[in-house]
Amino acid sequence: MFQIEFDNRDTVVGIDLGTTNSLVAWMNLTKPEVIADDNGDRMVPSVVSIAPDGEAIVGNAARAELIDHPERSVYSVKRLMGRGIADVQDELKLFPFRVAEGSESVIRLVLGEKTLTPPEVSALILRQLKKNAETALGTPVTKAVITVPAYFNDAQRQATRDAGRIAGLEVLRLVNEPTAAALAYGLDKRREGIIAVYDLGGGTFDISILKLHDGIFEVLATNGDTHLGGDDIDNRLLKIALEDTASEWGVDVSHSGGAVQTLRAAVIRAKEALSFAFAAQIEFAWNGRTYHREITRELFEGLIRDIVDRTLGPCRDCMRDAHVTPEQIDEVVLVGGSTRIPMVRSAVEVLFRARPHTELNPDEVVALGAAVQAGILAGTVENQLLLDVTPLSLGIEIYGGIVSKIVHRNATIPASAGETFTTGVDGQTNVLIHVVQGERELAKDCRSLARFDLKGIAPMPAGMARIEVRFLIDANGILNVTARDARTGLEHSVDVKPSYGLTDEQVEAMIEASIEHAEEDFQASQLAGARVDADAILAATSKARENEAWMALTDEERKAIADAVNRLQAAYHGEDHAVVRAQIDHLNDVTHSLAEQMMNTAVSGALKGTKV
Amino acid sequence: MSANCWNCGGSVSLPADAAGRASRFCDACKSLQPPARDYYEFLDMPRQLAIDGKDLEKRFYALSRQLHPDLFSRKPPREQEYALDASAILNDAYRTLKDPVARALYVLKQEGYNIAEQGTKDVPPELLEEVFDLNMAIEELREGDEDARAQLESARHRFERMRDEIDGTLQCQFAEWDAGQERAKLDEIRGQLNRRKYITNLIARTDEAHVSN
Repeated sequence: MFQIEFDNRDTVVGIDLGTTNSLVAWMNLTKPEVIADDNGDRMVPSVVSIAPDGEAIVGNAARAELIDHPERSVYSVKRLMGRGIADVQDELKLFPFRVAEGSESVIRLVLGEKTLTPPEVSALILRQLKKNAETALGTPVTKAVITVPAYFNDAQRQATRDAGRIAGLEVLRLVNEPTAAALAYGLDKRREGIIAVYDLGGGTFDISILKLHDGIFEVLATNGDTHLGGDDIDNRLLKIALEDTASEWGVDVSHSGGAVQTLRAAVIRAKEALSFAFAAQIEFAWNGRTYHREITRELFEGLIRDIVDRTLGPCRDCMRDAHVTPEQIDEVVLVGGSTRIPMVRSAVEVLFRARPHTELNPDEVVALGAAVQAGILAGTVENQLLLDVTPLSLGIEIYGGIVSKIVHRNATIPASAGETFTTGVDGQTNVLIHVVQGERELAKDCRSLARFDLKGIAPMPAGMARIEVRFLIDANGILNVTARDARTGLEHSVDVKPSYGLTDEQVEAMIEASIEHAEEDFQASQLAGARVDADAILAATSKARENEAWMALTDEERKAIADAVNRLQAAYHGEDHAVVRAQIDHLNDVTHSLAEQMMNTAVSGALKGTKV
Repeated sequence: MSANCWNCGGSVSLPADAAGRASRFCDACKSLQPPARDYYEFLDMPRQLAIDGKDLEKRFYALSRQLHPDLFSRKPPREQEYALDASAILNDAYRTLKDPVARALYVLKQEGYNIAEQGTKDVPPELLEEVFDLNMAIEELREGDEDARAQLESARHRFERMRDEIDGTLQCQFAEWDAGQERAKLDEIRGQLNRRKYITNLIARTDEAHVSN
């Protein structure tokens, strides 16, 4: 029997959890490769629909549901990760999502009978990718590297990590998407140089400038907008088409989720066609009416010019922060489906004065880079190292609501800062620290990250306590806080109240709920695997009956084999993979001497030069 | 002084170098040891204010290749924590020491100077007139007098020149302190840094006035 020997290195996959599409990739020996699903599709649309029986439908199948059952479906959920209801008011005007009460710090989406948070929805997409990888690789997948926009803040990163945990994945690392793209391009073959990565995806825009040094990818600066992408372009076209249909038909279809989704699909087709043609048609039929409009590239470019222009400011700021001029940039890499738009390409070319790289599929390059990072962590890729930065400054609120910055943006991570805190009044036993992220001077203008409570300070006169707090941003770009009593040297407890996102307890509860599900999934895949093996041994046994060795068996032996075959067939139609396995083993045992006989016959047959 | 490995209990070679610093890895089991917290000690560099940027960068890259958390993802949790801690200190040290001002402030703080109370409120006497003119120009611009823009522009150039002069002076003072490590030199450096901070604030104010008016 030929058995594949796995060493104890677990398979670590790389996942691009995108706004529009998600992909999973792995290191196949020395090359990163995207893993396709059963149908050969390499991209899983980031769409989730909840069927009336509570089952989750993910990907292409959910895309169809989006039109038939928009009230049970959700797309572009990445735009809602790590956000509260107040952050997404503009989104909600155009996205047909229903939001439940109590969405201040975590949005709760109503999907049919269920209410799910964005990390739970993302977890369903991750679970699908995990399953695709397990089926294709034939091995359990429990560890992953997941990519995030470079400009994601702490809450958005935590939400992504939570999604991984809920999906049953140990997230070994969150990697910034533009950095992953640079890794995928293997630009390390160039030993020294400066690269700019321009990443315009479905919902987010990132620009990163990196310095290469003998396999080290050192990010010098990053900038971006977590609310800018292809969705915004779609919405522009959608708005026109909705206005047209309203005036032509005298009917406003914008309140019909199904109509809006059908029209959205039509404008996306037109947008994509415009990357190759100078004119494209928006065609839409609804309830017996038809709408048709030609969009020329000229009109399209006029429509999106300000969106493209909005990417240029962050690019200039990024070059300034990296202390590089356009002339110093050796290579430019394009990432994200929206970079197929000719106007975007020419804007990038003009800005950086360099022809951008487009050799790799802009939809796949991030997933490929995630697989390379997975290889670095698994130890299969050597001599390559990513040194990334934190995109936003970290600060603490001091008197007057002013922010005191403790780690500046573009600091290489891991990065840390130490601060000593004391009490302001006699007998005070706790100190509250408000941590924010952002560049503005007032805490209210920055993103509130969390409130840390230093509790249990021994009562003493004001100003006597000395608590040393260390703020550490890890390699995932996520903040960790530890505190130490300077007098005793003992660890001091810190209570964390995140401003946005799920608490640890909530994530634990979601993991608990999903374990049930995971167990079902696991049982199903085990049963499928056992049935495949059963098919093989049943086919082999039935074929053996035609062999002359079969005739050499005793009646008892033949009866035992027939019994074992019947029992395996009975088990085959049951639901318990362990029973199937047991019966396979049993059949294997009773056919042992038959197999030996056949080997001997085969050998002697071969010696005689006859066929067996 | 002696050190024992947290993992195998074996001894960690002391001294590992001429300066008597402990090795980063255990001789026996090769596991990572808790990091030094002093930036100069961490980077194995003499405590000097004038440093060679190229040499610093070389040390940073070499240590990144040894200490980055990516290289420890299959190691025990405690070693992973040391790698995270060590990498954070490495990055903090590199960021601080490669910038002359941050480097000088770091040394001043170690020498007991109170950096938080760095004086920027008192106008250096030689700048009194400049600051007065600047405030006038900003006020005029706010009232819509576009001619003030040119005034601000030339003031900005003057401030930049002053800052560059200070940077030149600091370079000399760094070398002087390195030679004898006398406290009086640090007092002078501290004075220059205060003046420099005041001037960079003025530059920021002119930029702000340009943008917001």
